[in-house]
Amino acid sequence: MGALMVVFSLQTKQRRKRTDSVEDELELSAVRHRPEALELLEAQTRFSRKELQILYRGFKNECPSGVVNEDTFKEIYAQFFPQGDASTYAHFLFDAFDTDHNGSVSFEDFVMGLSILLRGTVQEKLNWAFNLYDINKDGYITKEEMLDIIKSIYDMMGRCTYPTLKEETPRQHVEIFFQKMDKNRDGVVTIDEFIDCCQNDENIMRSMQLFENVI
Amino acid sequence: MAAGVAAWLPFARAAAIGWMPVANLPMPVAPTNKNKRQDELIILNVSGRRFQTWRNTLDRYPDTLLGSSEKEFFFNEETREYFFDRDPDSFRSILNFYRTGKLHYPRYECISAYDEELAFFGIIPEIISDCCYEEYKDRKRENTERLMDDLEDNKDNKPPNMTFRETMWRAFENPHTSTMALVFYYVTGFFIAISVITNVVETVPCGTTPNQRDIPCGERYTEAFFCMDTACVMIFTVEYLMRLFAAPSRYRFMRSVMSIIDVVAILPYYIGLVMTNNEDVSGAFVTLRVFRVFRIFKFSRHSQGLRILGYTLKSCASELGFLLFSLTMAIIIFATVMFYAEKGSSSSKFTSIPASFWYTIVTMTTLGYGDMVPKTIAGKIFGSICSLSGVLVIALPVPVIVSNFSRIYHQNQRADKRRAQKVQKARLARMRISKAGSSTAFLHSKRNGLNQSLELTGSLEEDQQLKKTTSLLESQHHHLLHCLEKTTNHEFVDERLYEQGYLQTALQNFPSQSPSLSSEEGVTGTCCSRRTKKNIQALNATHTHSHTHNLQELSALHIHCGEQQPLNTSRSSLNLMSDESGSLNCKSSGLVTTAIISIPTPPSNNSRANPDAPPPPNPDAPPRPNPGSDVVKISAL
Repeated sequence: MGALMVVFSLQTKQRRKRTDSVEDELELSAVRHRPEALELLEAQTRFSRKELQILYRGFKNECPSGVVNEDTFKEIYAQFFPQGDASTYAHFLFDAFDTDHNGSVSFEDFVMGLSILLRGTVQEKLNWAFNLYDINKDGYITKEEMLDIIKSIYDMMGRCTYPTLKEETPRQHVEIFFQKMDKNRDGVVTIDEFIDCCQNDENIMRSMQLFENVI
Repeated sequence: MAAGVAAWLPFARAAAIGWMPVANLPMPVAPTNKNKRQDELIILNVSGRRFQTWRNTLDRYPDTLLGSSEKEFFFNEETREYFFDRDPDSFRSILNFYRTGKLHYPRYECISAYDEELAFFGIIPEIISDCCYEEYKDRKRENTERLMDDLEDNKDNKPPNMTFRETMWRAFENPHTSTMALVFYYVTGFFIAISVITNVVETVPCGTTPNQRDIPCGERYTEAFFCMDTACVMIFTVEYLMRLFAAPSRYRFMRSVMSIIDVVAILPYYIGLVMTNNEDVSGAFVTLRVFRVFRIFKFSRHSQGLRILGYTLKSCASELGFLLFSLTMAIIIFATVMFYAEKGSSSSKFTSIPASFWYTIVTMTTLGYGDMVPKTIAGKIFGSICSLSGVLVIALPVPVIVSNFSRIYHQNQRADKRRAQKVQKARLARMRISKAGSSTAFLHSKRNGLNQSLELTGSLEEDQQLKKTTSLLESQHHHLLHCLEKTTNHEFVDERLYEQGYLQTALQNFPSQSPSLSSEEGVTGTCCSRRTKKNIQALNATHTHSHTHNLQELSALHIHCGEQQPLNTSRSSLNLMSDESGSLNCKSSGLVTTAIISIPTPPSNNSRANPDAPPPPNPDAPPRPNPGSDVVKISAL
């Protein structure tokens, strides 16, 4: 019995050493990020000074350290869709917002993205949407990428829908999308095809203006 | 929705632009922020201490005093501030709730004062965040217990009109209420003591007769002891019968521990009376007399401390169990080791492993009788390890038991572990409820929104009017969810309706829901105007009828966006409905969604709800000729 206890205490000591090193790592990486000056941001985005103030207050409230990492992003986004699983779509969104691909979204990234989405021209918005769909950022939307995106949107609906979601519903949705967008039937959608087709579609054009007055 | 993420709602709505190119259906109109004033600071003067915050911060929770228009009652015109004559210290935590979305309970605060403040400001205590919720609940429970104790003390004033039986029971339970009860209490106590002493003295040898051996007193003065025993048993029997008579619930009384002890205490005497002086059974009879010692437990009625001890042991059952288990493990291990270690030595007392158990127990509890000692070196080594570990193993759970005893003795926390499980369950339940709350809020507002539009003639302005009932934040959130529904061409339903819809689809042929409509087809007007056509589905009605309690339900409404269909198609579809009750009405041109709506009372312009019989399709509201405006027509089953 005594021997057992001695062995046990040795083990805990080792474990403590390991956690100490992890803690050290954490200390170094807990970065506090301060955004660029208000005037700079005002110049770079299409928001007024007051709007930027409001946006920053909300941003800082939820993320006191000044940057959003992917998990926090997913958590925040999931709060708006209680019935489904918003994590996959949030992941794609995170990639779209994180323009410099450093794994975290700072306030500048956030506000630039919002500026395009809310105050940009139709061209810019469509560009942004294309960027969102093009997961590997190679300039082409393939069917697999689109399928992933559509599946993630359907995931947000959750289980309890009417009519019940079937396996082939996302796939059918992708087919319709490609039929509409892929003009030369080469299996991928390029940015020009995409923008052309969207500009000819009244519905899409109208829905792009939907969130004009969000801020 | 938490206050923090309310600030992110604009972001979530902007991100919805990502759905637009993939959606095949037009999106619903966004709620507009009519009174879009600049965010202003408002001043809250609480008993002289001024707090300032943004108006938007307070608007996050529109169903509290500060978030609603109720605060206008406290507006002071001269100083242009809101004055509240309340405690400024408590107000801190309340204002922080608006700022952070989390309500904290400060430890220094009195529980009833805090409750009053919460009630004044319209905040329900259940939303206290997890970090402070345990503390809050504990203090609240203490408070209610204290109040109940006060009540009980007051109850000692004898209420009038008590029956004789109730008086007796009260006398038994609270001896200090009347002198008669006190006398009874002391008499029974005295006789318990006499009985126990008699049992003890019975076995003392007190022989001075010229015999070889001393005989115990019991055998010497048989009649005397028998008389004593009889007297005590008489008293106990009478007492038991009186308690049984006075008990409010005889069945429950008979099951209680004290009454079982009473019965066990007097039963041996009666059994002894009944049994003859047969040689065979007298052995068993002697064993029965052992049970007379249980009379000593009757003292626990007289002693609060004994009862608490018993309760402590019961509540520390798991610690005691652990002690027992670890001891057993150790005993077996060491006994085995000692047996094999001592196997070699000659004339070893360790004849078998069970024989070694005795040695191990005696050594671990540091008794050390010395009747069994190891002789080999290995045996001695292991023997010493055994005694050292015995001290540790026994010393570990004992402080836990002690602390439990002291805690219970100070009237803290009954049934600790049971409550801990309940708290955990309650916490999970609260999280589930809050999650379900936001989704049900959306479904609810969908029904309400559609319901209200049933009554209106449905022009754009009135559409906006009904938005006032929900807060702007909520309506924006619901609009977002609505856009998602349109994108995927599926609708949110709540859990139970989903279950029954699942059953339905098993029954019906479900036509393919592929949104094969291109968006150009069904759109003539703007998608801003709400176009709703409603059809009914007979099948749903029969299913949902079983679920309604006092709601009258309108079952599935199809919301069409296709404007080309004039109203007579809906009527024809109604005819379809009544003919083929089993098929789901699905038109290629514009069937979008179905919703199951329940309304509390049928509005006057709707037809009466009669879920059982298929209705004569009778659209009550007059159909509108121009397709551009909203159509509100409904037939109810």
